[in-house]
Amino acid sequence: MSRIFATAASEARIALRNRWVAIAVAMMALFALVLSAAGSGPSGTLGFDRLSVTVASLTSLAVYLVPLMALLMSFDAVAGEVERGTLALALTYPGSRASLLAGKFVAHLGILALAVAVGYGIAALAALAFEARAVAGLAALWRLYWTSLLLGATFLGAGYAVSAWARRPGAAAGMVIGLWLAAVVLYDLGLLAAVVADGGGTFTRHVFPWLVMGNPADAFRLFNLAASGATSAAAGVAGAAGFVPPLQALAWLLLWPFAAFALAIAAFRKVTP
Amino acid sequence: MQSLILSHVTKAFGATRALSDVAFAVAPGERVALLGHNGAGKSTLMKIVLGLIGADAGEITVLGAAPGSHAARSATAYLPENVAFHPALTGQEQIRHYLRLRGQDPAQALPLLERVGLADAARRRIGTYSKGMRQRVGLAQALIGRPRLLVLDEPTSGLDPVSRRSFWGILDGLAADGAAILLSSHALTEVEARTDRIVILSHGAMVANDTLAALRRRAALPTHLQITARPGAADEVAAALAGHRLNGVRVDLSCAPGDKLARLGQIAALGPLVEDLELIPPSLDDIYRHFCTEAGS
Ligand SMILES: Nc1ncnc2c1ncn2[C@@H]1O[C@H](COP(=O)(O)OP(=O)(O)O)[C@@H](O)[C@H]1O
Ligand SMILES: [Mg+2]
Repeated sequence: MSRIFATAASEARIALRNRWVAIAVAMMALFALVLSAAGSGPSGTLGFDRLSVTVASLTSLAVYLVPLMALLMSFDAVAGEVERGTLALALTYPGSRASLLAGKFVAHLGILALAVAVGYGIAALAALAFEARAVAGLAALWRLYWTSLLLGATFLGAGYAVSAWARRPGAAAGMVIGLWLAAVVLYDLGLLAAVVADGGGTFTRHVFPWLVMGNPADAFRLFNLAASGATSAAAGVAGAAGFVPPLQALAWLLLWPFAAFALAIAAFRKVTP
Repeated sequence: MQSLILSHVTKAFGATRALSDVAFAVAPGERVALLGHNGAGKSTLMKIVLGLIGADAGEITVLGAAPGSHAARSATAYLPENVAFHPALTGQEQIRHYLRLRGQDPAQALPLLERVGLADAARRRIGTYSKGMRQRVGLAQALIGRPRLLVLDEPTSGLDPVSRRSFWGILDGLAADGAAILLSSHALTEVEARTDRIVILSHGAMVANDTLAALRRRAALPTHLQITARPGAADEVAAALAGHRLNGVRVDLSCAPGDKLARLGQIAALGPLVEDLELIPPSLDDIYRHFCTEAGS
């Protein structure tokens, strides 16, 4: 355990020096400000408080941004050490490969948690400043927060797996961008096209729920939008959220980080320095 | 009990035979030098000892345990060839990190850096260090926690003469404390003076494993005698000894180990014709070349 924290402390320090912490926090803060400003028109017509509306738009933002940040932080984790030639020495120290990866994970997840907290915090403050009844949206915002971390944790694990598999940082960077495009953008578009073509038939009712769970980004989208009842404000696959029980989406969201991290450890075990 | 035992260690990378049937041992307190040309298999052997890569065949025992096991790693220190660190960390932060990984007090970082002469640069980022300074950070991390086996891959490369001296001094201290040391080097003169035993690898095969004195006997290389004759007597001396006159006063002879005393007797008999005599035994350089070419032919 102390080894995990030692690695986490060093990784956090490196991320601070590399400006990664500043970049992540600034990015989240900026997007939250833009969304809050965009949502500051009259909102009473929908019957939702201002914060609930902001949460809906934050959800569609986070589903792109959180995986992207996680992948950008993680792609260098193993490949970078192989390239710099620091891995061989690290592996001669006591402690398992899993604990080395866990240390990096703790640091990266901490940075993600900070950046997302700053972003969502700004959104909450902006909404509360306009109307007191926005307090009603705090529960949804909190749910969005910790599910964002689950989503981020999943993509951190996926990024480590890619990093270990690619061995070279350049290749790993290309692969994580490909993974992001496929998992976060294209998968959702494909499902949407299929649902529209199916028109509420067998596919939508029986196959679709499984396909949604097969992707942490979609599980995240569905759980948050369904739970907040804000599906009307949502676009894409989330429109068909009624076919997937939110608790099932949540179960998968909880499971995904472990699966991704297990994959990362398996890939890392195959790396010879 | 031996600290490190290798028997029949064999390793190939595809068609390249990096190690074939290597066997030797290192005892506590013993300093063993691993010599060999570039690509002889020194680094590969060390990585196998550390458990970083597996051997294709053979047995390795590190401090009574398997290579790469927790017990072995806890008491083994490694200094890789071309050691590297994250450039964004300072020397002190990097050593504190390694101390924590070994469960030691991080406050020892500064004393450790002082020991390798890096106290002044401790708070600067490693990215600004020279190669020699990085090498000294590498040495500092290898000293953490009283290791029982040190595996040092070309530890003196990039070090200036003063740091080299202090490095060998530190090593003497570790060996006196009972640590087993396996190091590779190309600096043969240093190795000659500062190690107890020499293992020579040539194309992955072990061609020698003995003390320098024993290797010298086995190689039976000629000893060189440099005679300085009195002015004008060089020709006479050269003729009397059947030697080779170099210039006005110098006569060079080389003689087989067994003939040394007889030769010295002849020279002494020349009496006043000889002004001075220098005896040059075969250097490690010569011995090394002897064993490498013997293996090649
Ligand atoms: N990872 C590797 N893949 C393929 N060949 C390798 C690898 N590592 C070492 N070799 C080869 O094994 C031989 C021994 O290399 P090495 O142990 O680094 O030599 P040395 O350290 O004595 O200079 C060389 O021919 C080298 O090319
Ligand atoms: Mg080498």
